[in-house]
Amino acid sequence: MDQVDRRDPDWEGVRLHVVSGKGGTGKTTVAAALALALAADGGRTLLIEVEGRQGIAELFGLAALPYEERKVATVSRSRLGLDGRGPAGELYALAIDTEQALLEYLDMFYKLGRAGKALQKVGFVDFATTVAPGVRDVLLTGKACEAARRKGPDGRRAYDAIVMDAPPTGRITRFLNVNSEVAGLARFGPIHGQAQAVMRVLRSPETAVHLVTLLEEMPVQETVDGIAELTEAQLPLGGVLVNMVRPPVLDAAAVDAVHGDHREEVALALGEAGLGGRSKSAATVRAAVEPLLDPLLDQAREHSERVELEREQRAALQQLKRPTYELPLLGGGVDLGGLYRLAGELKRQGAA
Amino acid sequence: MTELDIDTLIGDPKTRILVCCGSGGVGKTTTAAAIGLRAAERGRKVVVLTIDPARRLAQSMGLTELDNTPRVVKGVSGDGEMQAMMLDMKRTFDEVVLAHAEPERAKAIMENPFYQSLSAGFAGTQEYMAMEKLGQLRAAGEWDLIVVDTPPSRSALDFLDAPNRLGSFLDGRLIRILTAPAKVGGRSAMKFLNVGMGLITGTLGKIFGAQLLTDVQTFVSAMDSMFGGFRERADRTYQLLKAPGTAFLVVAAPERDALREAAYFVDRLAADEMPLAGLVLNRVHRTGAPQLTAERALAAAEALEENGSGATTVAAETLAAGLLRLHAERMQVMDRERLTRDRFVSVYPDVPIVEVPALPGDVHDLEGLRAIGALLGGRD
Repeated sequence: MDQVDRRDPDWEGVRLHVVSGKGGTGKTTVAAALALALAADGGRTLLIEVEGRQGIAELFGLAALPYEERKVATVSRSRLGLDGRGPAGELYALAIDTEQALLEYLDMFYKLGRAGKALQKVGFVDFATTVAPGVRDVLLTGKACEAARRKGPDGRRAYDAIVMDAPPTGRITRFLNVNSEVAGLARFGPIHGQAQAVMRVLRSPETAVHLVTLLEEMPVQETVDGIAELTEAQLPLGGVLVNMVRPPVLDAAAVDAVHGDHREEVALALGEAGLGGRSKSAATVRAAVEPLLDPLLDQAREHSERVELEREQRAALQQLKRPTYELPLLGGGVDLGGLYRLAGELKRQGAA
Repeated sequence: MTELDIDTLIGDPKTRILVCCGSGGVGKTTTAAAIGLRAAERGRKVVVLTIDPARRLAQSMGLTELDNTPRVVKGVSGDGEMQAMMLDMKRTFDEVVLAHAEPERAKAIMENPFYQSLSAGFAGTQEYMAMEKLGQLRAAGEWDLIVVDTPPSRSALDFLDAPNRLGSFLDGRLIRILTAPAKVGGRSAMKFLNVGMGLITGTLGKIFGAQLLTDVQTFVSAMDSMFGGFRERADRTYQLLKAPGTAFLVVAAPERDALREAAYFVDRLAADEMPLAGLVLNRVHRTGAPQLTAERALAAAEALEENGSGATTVAAETLAAGLLRLHAERMQVMDRERLTRDRFVSVYPDVPIVEVPALPGDVHDLEGLRAIGALLGGRD
């Protein structure tokens, strides 16, 4: 067990983890679990949220996060249910507010001062962050890269890893590529330089784009398409994170049996289990379990259909030949305890 | 909890526009397509505008390419008709430009690199273009019901802000600054601006770089004559959405996150006084044996596994135990879903809801859409 727990992480050297996935696949949860896992060995991780949903605050049971890097958890191996001891790590979170990010950006790169205020006054900030599409994406990717490259006064990296809860798979390539678009628009000058610098980080081996999916047809198809698009755009691929995996309740033999005619045998067994009441008469018991038979067998057929679909989807994912991790479905939604469980699972499987 | 009656909604000839919104992954596009098909088969002339459908769903409606034109969906029964289309952002944008500008100017705009990037789909363009397309479909007057799917994000409702944003931009000073250098007499226009003009253009130049600033300025001044038209259209579409005849459907699944997003949409629509018809709750689990509780099923499964007494074969006992565990799981899922839904209902007691049972697989054909339509209409 210890050996498994201590396996080398698959993403050594990656500093910026971009987590995308189809809507409804639990992207935010998986991003948060990955960030926790990355901090488990004493590192310092920053989890960035870009879609203004405040999903991180919700997960950690906090009030809405301001535009500020804020410590949200301390984490250690034992906290994730893993063997071994080590220093505790820290998880910081940041929910990016585009308007403030723009002002900060302008200030950082252009030292605008009064001119920045003037721009705000004529509606430039408002225009740039709302009317002008694309500016948002430039700011969000720029901010993530800035955090990834930032160094403290002692020359050490401010964070060991950045995890970005990014836009959904359908939009991710364009989102990450926005800077190459911008670099093409502004062929020289400061914007060009900045866009180039961001693209360098995003295309480097320091970045990995992970995709979250479910074992369902549409999310898997989007994952397959997403990987093709990312590859074409020369963006570094990460792993495939299969979320909400349900353990099969019926084993393969039982699934096969469901399609045979086992009505009478099952009826007998149900009666035996006491579901037909206490009557000594076999006929009475048989009649009492009758209303259960069809619903139970229908549910089993649905289940076996689903298991078969999942098998196909798993096969499709295997074709991608990417490191793949599976996270269990947690009944009742993900609470803080569940989040730590998922983080431990990711660490055990080598995702962090 | 009030029941949302989809059949009455789509059967009412006064219902002309249905907008489906909700977070990604809840079956929004499928719902839009299924409602469109059901309405068509109940005699209406329907067009379904989808934004970014999954490939197989698009195929189920016979859509093979994104060509920005409604195509007749084959295999629809009854007197009605169904057409469907996928939104092509760039083409929609180009059409607007062509409709509003002289050919020469239109050409200049379309060759502008800034325009090319913008129209090819920076985030945000999709929302604007979806609304533009809706306006066009409505104006064409060929259909008596338009069903619209919205982009899969919270910003799906950004179009509600479009008229205001465009308005404040057009009435603001920024546009005058941006257009000033390219306009004849621009210098004098600047005198009206009391912010230091040089400071602003200087700063913009510093940020954008001279060449990009020129591109942007050329773009804005070329578009200048069209912006008014843009705003007018955005305004009209906004009014259209508020007007009688339009209804919004919020689509969700009985999960915490999806319902939280649904609550956001409901609030947002209320804030803009947009007519909400109700909530479509997809993928709700059901059972044919509600009388058997999870606890009893589990206890019976354990009894069978531990001391099956041989009244039947071991294989049958194992199978029966499996069926019981499966049932217990189903009952637990249903409990959780009910709780999640009830929390929503307690906050929004007057939002009508229709529940659509979970199906094991995805929709691949018209038959699948029809089945969902029947479930939406309440006839399963």
